[in-house]
Amino acid sequence: MAPPTHEPERIAYLDNAATTPLRAEALEAMLPFLTGRFGNPSGGHRVARDARLALDEARDEVADVLGCQPGEVVFTAGGTEADNLAVLGVVAARGGTAVCPAAEHHAVLHAVHAVGGRVVGTGPDAAVDLEQLAAALDDLRGQVAVVSAMTANNEVGTLTPLAEVAAVVAERAPGAALHTDAVQAAGWCDLRALAAPAALVSVAAHKLGGPKGVGCLVVRAGTPLRPLLHGGGQERDRRSGTQDVAGVVGFATALRLAAEERVEAGARAGALRARLLTRLEGEVGRVVASVPLERALPGHLHVRIEGCEGEALLVLLDDAGVCASAGSACASGAVEPSHVLLAMGVPKAEALTSLRLSIGRATTVADVDAAADAVAAAAARLRAG
Amino acid sequence: MRVLVGMSGGVDSSVAAALLLEQGHEVVGATLKLWGGASDSGCCSVADVEDARRVAQQLGVAHHVFSFTDDFDEHVVAPYVADHAAGRTPNPCIECNRHLKFDRFLRRAVLLGFDAVATGHHARVRPTPGGFELRRGADQAKDQSYVLHVLGQDQLARTLLPVGELHKDEVRRRAAALGLRTAAKPDSQDVCFITASGGRAAFLGARTGVHPAAVVDRAGALVGRVDAVELVTLGQRRGLGVAGGTGRPRYAVEVDVPGRRVVVGEPDDLLRPWVEVGPPSWVGPAPAGGAAVLAQVSAHGPARPGVWQVGRMAWSEPQRAVAPGQAVVLFDVTDPDRCLGGATAT
Repeated sequence: MAPPTHEPERIAYLDNAATTPLRAEALEAMLPFLTGRFGNPSGGHRVARDARLALDEARDEVADVLGCQPGEVVFTAGGTEADNLAVLGVVAARGGTAVCPAAEHHAVLHAVHAVGGRVVGTGPDAAVDLEQLAAALDDLRGQVAVVSAMTANNEVGTLTPLAEVAAVVAERAPGAALHTDAVQAAGWCDLRALAAPAALVSVAAHKLGGPKGVGCLVVRAGTPLRPLLHGGGQERDRRSGTQDVAGVVGFATALRLAAEERVEAGARAGALRARLLTRLEGEVGRVVASVPLERALPGHLHVRIEGCEGEALLVLLDDAGVCASAGSACASGAVEPSHVLLAMGVPKAEALTSLRLSIGRATTVADVDAAADAVAAAAARLRAG
Repeated sequence: MRVLVGMSGGVDSSVAAALLLEQGHEVVGATLKLWGGASDSGCCSVADVEDARRVAQQLGVAHHVFSFTDDFDEHVVAPYVADHAAGRTPNPCIECNRHLKFDRFLRRAVLLGFDAVATGHHARVRPTPGGFELRRGADQAKDQSYVLHVLGQDQLARTLLPVGELHKDEVRRRAAALGLRTAAKPDSQDVCFITASGGRAAFLGARTGVHPAAVVDRAGALVGRVDAVELVTLGQRRGLGVAGGTGRPRYAVEVDVPGRRVVVGEPDDLLRPWVEVGPPSWVGPAPAGGAAVLAQVSAHGPARPGVWQVGRMAWSEPQRAVAPGQAVVLFDVTDPDRCLGGATAT
């Protein structure tokens, strides 16, 4: 059977907020650990020691970039596990409950639901409403073990003023630990400074040029934490299971490169985003940026396009070889109205006109122009229909 | 043609996609996510989406998931609940075809530049000089023209039903020959948004409430009780709490939801000379009042002769009463595979 399906001539990948291509340097660093250097780092012989060395060096590197001690880095199987460990682990260790704003990633939101925690509102920019947070902490006085507020929102890209959140937590819930999901921010922001007020910080490798299925939770000294996984006591008894040495090495490599290139890459992404938005505003029209761009991650462009259902728009963009996203995808792959936009107070029908174009290090001017062309053509078609 | 195939994750729509590819069409698959709540059957579960996606992968075609849950709730689930609450017996599959598969989905397909949609329904669309005909599927036992009678010319002009030409075992044989994972998947049963564990009573109970009722005979004597009067269908025999073994079977001959009362009687009490219906929907030109037709009143029931009188179907011989909410679907008396359209019994 020869399906005459249409293949686009080129692919413009503008879904870097979903995941990024693995950097060549990360792959190169990983390969030895997927082949000859296969040891279990917990062993007592030379093959094991060789893996241990790589793991320890990767941990040092990650700690250096994130601004913590190596012993505070707990490697996990990605961001979702890190978020769950932070919320469930601190609640389990300390008792009490958890609080987070409504626009958190589901990995935090659903973990907070799982412990019967409190979800508080956000402002129209998706960042936590500090007054509502303060009121919730007052209401739950003495019962809050952990407050979670993401460094930057994964859908719309807005940065949270973490220092202000930390001040509210310190004042209203002095016993509570502050966790920040920095998964989306880590590739673009200086977490040494930005995440400093947080006792717990989640990072995932695949959002910044590393492999999928690996990440870490920073657990600053003195933060009580019970493990979710019980077993051999790896990661100082905070996360059992043989470490993914190759993944961790790829993670550390990508994270270090992202940190080294941060300023330049951010400026470049910001310029591409500005070009893209200008073209969309000019050629598509009736395009609204969902949040003020100066307060969002530089590669993030979340817009609402009047008269264009995101779900249909994505199919046309896909036909044209442009990879983008319309909101949070549910388990089946359907586009649902984003909980983030609903939290921002965007009406449901309007939330369904969302389009997220996210720029990465590999994105080119040609990609951005292809995306603008494709969005303009698709919007014209959808609006005519 | 560029064809968007609605792939439910079942064997029929899987083979529909394969047949269209064999016929040389450009094919893209799409699965409709219709129901946001719990479901363990039908076309809405993540497992079914996965089956559809895997089949699309096997066939080498693109696959999308469209979320039409709000439309489904508005046009299918809410009316289903309201109908039961009012003592009617709705057919949600017909409303889904009318409002979702051959309206929302079809409009989406056209918007995306497709020439047609296709589904795995067992029925046939035949182009003729006088317009498109909707005909029974080749496999009479699996024929689904009853639930498709709401399609008009605009829809049929953009609809392909490739498996309608095949018998079901041939569909399964082809699926197996292609190695499709859905080849032996059981046919979907019942209403897709009702779980087998909870059933209709639990679903309606949560949405609108169900009420117990007295079951009385025609003389008014109490003969039994039911837990949910909203779920009793005119003509129903089982589940009426009527002690069996004492004489002839008894049927629900009157369902009074507000009065919380079900009257049971003899089969003859159900016979009617005609069935009154609401506004009709026609496949092609409306039959003239007084035209001789065949009418089918359940998904796989027989088509009985009679005369279409505008607003009602008069039977040649008295027939069992049709529960309000059920579709009365008309077929051509001289060409009994040809569906003319239909209307809802009132």
